[in-house]
Amino acid sequence: MSNIKKAFENGKAFIPFITCGYPNIATSEEVIKTVARNGADLIELGIPFSDPTAEGPVISHANLVALKNGITTDKVFNMVKNIRREIDTPFVFMTYANVVFSYGSEKFISTCRDLGIDGLILPDIPYEERDEFLDICHKYGLDLIPFVAPTSKNRIATIAKASEGFIYIISSLGVTGEREKITTDISDIVKVIRENTDVPCAVGFGISNPEQAHEMAALSDGAIVGSALIRKIDEGGEKMLENVAEFVKEMKQAL
Amino acid sequence: MSEKRGRFGIHGGQYIPETLMNAVTELEEAYNRYKDDPEFNAELKDLLNNYAGRPSLLYYAEKMTKDLGGAKIYLKREDLNHTGAHKINNVLGQALLAKKMGKTRLIAETGAGQHGVATATAAALFGMECVVFMGEEDTKRQALNVYRMKLLGSDVVPVKSGTATLKDAVNEAMKEWTRRISDTHYCLGSCMGPHPFPTIVRDFQSVISKEIKEQCLAKEGKLPDVVMACVGGGSNAIGAFYNFINEPSVQLIGCEAAGRGIDTFETAATVAVGKLGIFHGMKSYFCQDEFGQIAPVYSISAGLDYPGVGPEHANLHDIGRAQYVAITDDEAVNAFEYLSRTEGVIPAIESAHAVAYAMKLAPTMDKDKIIVVNLSGRGDKDVAAIARYRGEDIYE
Repeated sequence: MSNIKKAFENGKAFIPFITCGYPNIATSEEVIKTVARNGADLIELGIPFSDPTAEGPVISHANLVALKNGITTDKVFNMVKNIRREIDTPFVFMTYANVVFSYGSEKFISTCRDLGIDGLILPDIPYEERDEFLDICHKYGLDLIPFVAPTSKNRIATIAKASEGFIYIISSLGVTGEREKITTDISDIVKVIRENTDVPCAVGFGISNPEQAHEMAALSDGAIVGSALIRKIDEGGEKMLENVAEFVKEMKQAL
Repeated sequence: MSEKRGRFGIHGGQYIPETLMNAVTELEEAYNRYKDDPEFNAELKDLLNNYAGRPSLLYYAEKMTKDLGGAKIYLKREDLNHTGAHKINNVLGQALLAKKMGKTRLIAETGAGQHGVATATAAALFGMECVVFMGEEDTKRQALNVYRMKLLGSDVVPVKSGTATLKDAVNEAMKEWTRRISDTHYCLGSCMGPHPFPTIVRDFQSVISKEIKEQCLAKEGKLPDVVMACVGGGSNAIGAFYNFINEPSVQLIGCEAAGRGIDTFETAATVAVGKLGIFHGMKSYFCQDEFGQIAPVYSISAGLDYPGVGPEHANLHDIGRAQYVAITDDEAVNAFEYLSRTEGVIPAIESAHAVAYAMKLAPTMDKDKIIVVNLSGRGDKDVAAIARYRGEDIYE
């Protein structure tokens, strides 16, 4: 059992996603600290990948810019090490299977434990392929966070029964990115999850404003926000960190 | 060979987002239901024979054989199929399957444009909607094929992300599939991606080796000694190899694109320079950096310009059943010109990679040996690019 449980003990969980190294390492380090200090219950740290097939245009772009500016897996680890001196908010890494696999899954996951990372989110690892990562995650005390999608249907019960950490509910078909309206019946999905597990669930993909965050968190245990936060970073300016802080506070309050 | 959950040795698998899992399961179930269905197979055979023009010729390249002075060279003329390449074999199979599944829309990725054209063709024939994703770089290299797809009634989406080539087209097609699953079949063009695609594509392409076997026995009274084919994702090669995998006397050789050379960064020779990884739904070999970032590969051939290789090829390499060799741009262009001049057959620049290796290997073999080169496609689409390679300022 990891620290992820704690993230869901302070009311509905606000879970921001941040692409490490975007737009550069120094800035993303400050953004992560700011987000942690202003109400994030759990932070999803994205390790950039050259071909992020689950991401929409905003996060895809962030991945490529971060890579262009020199981020590597080792540099992400170093950055997290620095952040951990000041911040004890639970962290999970979100990245693609090849980033973990190519580093050496055991070396990657044992480093995660040393850095105080509580879980892994791998969007290209479905239930059927999880064993090769799950066993190592358990060895080092990390949770492997499963996904449930609007198309999961008969799979939800199986995934929920085997879940740990939290369940990431994908709000809509397609890739990450803001949506005007989320049309999936989240409450139906949550109902099946609740029937099969006590593990909390949070909704992501397409949540861009406090109203949507409130609506999604009301149906589940938390809300995950990625692209909208990257937009705050992109708006930039001298007050960027203040704007990010304000956005996180608003989101957490809205839940 | 184990095919449990689509594994070929350690390769293959289903490394895809949860959103797509039920879609690939539905596809697998449908495929298992129809693959041995006599009615389905009769329909497919009719399409292959009466629409695509199968069986394709096994042509004895006598002048080439005499010129090289070694093994007898046969060309399996997939270039003579309707739409000019082997791609139609797989596309007709998948489109028919999609129709049986009640899908009304096909999406596809394309590199050189051959698979895109084949998919657009099948969509026109079946009255289905069609959207083809093509790297922007490739839309320039193969402008004529873009227009051809539009002529056939398809939309072509130029992909600007990443390296704007084949891998990025696959990324975008996969993303599009996650957006719209219920009415859409992703008609994947090579023996790659998540299970069941590598198996489905191989089965639909295996007609190539089935015919080679029958034709070679009829003409020569024995099996070929060597079968060779170019390998990007590897669909024409797996089609040419499949019925010979259990014939140990037949040597199988895949010809990868070395680009400017395997000791440069401008290469697409995955087996030669790649390492084991997980990408595009499969475990296989990929060109990548030390942190697993997929490498920006290069080849003069848009169809071989892909950083991975199908999982069955990765396994055939592991177990030593097939050899994979790397052919440079220069060698391929020379072979392109040589075959045109010698046999009056203009090969696709992809297929010219296999011709190039035959030119190296044949002179080292006895005259009673037989090489079959799978001529996967015709080269009309490449003429302008080859002219430019030779310094002539020709545009389509």
